[in-house]
Amino acid sequence: MKIIYRDKEWELPGRMTARDAIKKVGLDPEAVLVVRNGQLVTDDVILRDEDEVKLIAVVSGGDGEVS
Amino acid sequence: MRCRKCPRPAAINMRQHKLALCGEHFLEWMPAQTQRFIEKYEMFGPKEAILVAVSGGKDSLSLWDVLLRLGYEAQGLYIDLGIWEEGYSSNSLAKVHKFMEKKEGVRLKVVGVKEVYGKSIPQLARERPGQKTCSLCGLVKRHIMNEAALEERAILATGHNLDDEAAVLLQNVLYWQTGYLLRQAPVLPSAHPRLARKVKPFFRFYEREIAAYAILRGIDYIYEECPFATGATTIFYKGLLNRLEERSRGAKLHFYLSFLRAREKGLSLRMLSFGPNQGLELGECERCGQPTTAPGLCAFCRLWKVKEAEVR
Repeated sequence: MKIIYRDKEWELPGRMTARDAIKKVGLDPEAVLVVRNGQLVTDDVILRDEDEVKLIAVVSGGDGEVS
Repeated sequence: MRCRKCPRPAAINMRQHKLALCGEHFLEWMPAQTQRFIEKYEMFGPKEAILVAVSGGKDSLSLWDVLLRLGYEAQGLYIDLGIWEEGYSSNSLAKVHKFMEKKEGVRLKVVGVKEVYGKSIPQLARERPGQKTCSLCGLVKRHIMNEAALEERAILATGHNLDDEAAVLLQNVLYWQTGYLLRQAPVLPSAHPRLARKVKPFFRFYEREIAAYAILRGIDYIYEECPFATGATTIFYKGLLNRLEERSRGAKLHFYLSFLRAREKGLSLRMLSFGPNQGLELGECERCGQPTTAPGLCAFCRLWKVKEAEVR
């Protein structure tokens, strides 16, 4: 399956959960959302070879003082 | 994984609540929870004017969307920071305008930092290489947000989420920044005539929940991080907390809520006794009149004054 995160892309072979795929590409499962073929899904879904998966970063930062 | 409320596949799993929901039920759950938090923490009533600080990002646009869906009279405030690097400011303002296209009768107040104060945030940061751009920007934004809310006679609402609050708390605890700890709360009452009431209706939502809401609602938000936030301390602390969350479900939520509870009970944090200003002497800035704990000028006015003196 094709995994897209920001401007990076990976091709991962075989079936695996989205959570395993996230870890495989070195990302934190808590810090991304999974959009499979245009649908937001939970990270326990099994990804298949033909799937296109977009990982959406959820962390934003900035002012480190009291807000 | 299935939705708790219907047979459809879940779109989001909130492990800390042991709750998985499909898109449709999640989009009902978020506003209902927000309303619950607004009431529980006595943030504002149904008739009060709200000024939502919007940056074009997922948190603030989602907050604006939820408040409008709940029927509140919420107008937006956009602060143009003048960050032209990678087109950040223009892109973010465009996202705000795009959001507004789908809403009827909403108003936006725009304040340009350069237009009003003579310098953009990057210019200001270049003049102060020893200071972190994010801290400088935060100081300027807080001042302008307060001023704007006072002008509009509105309650200021910001899109801070649980991850923001927990990251700041971790940082403040690590360095025992008691002054900051004292001021960290979901509701900051107006403790001075020149201090607007500030609320954070999203403070109990994880950042991923707000991102999921924005995606499911089709809100086109600015996805790219501010170019100055790369390597920001908050992002580092959020990463640490997420590693903790991965091991221990709900750790972030417990960390922050336990802090609020402990402070409320005056237990181990007795010295941080609950209340807006206990232990803090608030005076007025000689120049702008906004409240400050410093004698003479507030931090915001000192920021501009030093450079004015150098120019002369």
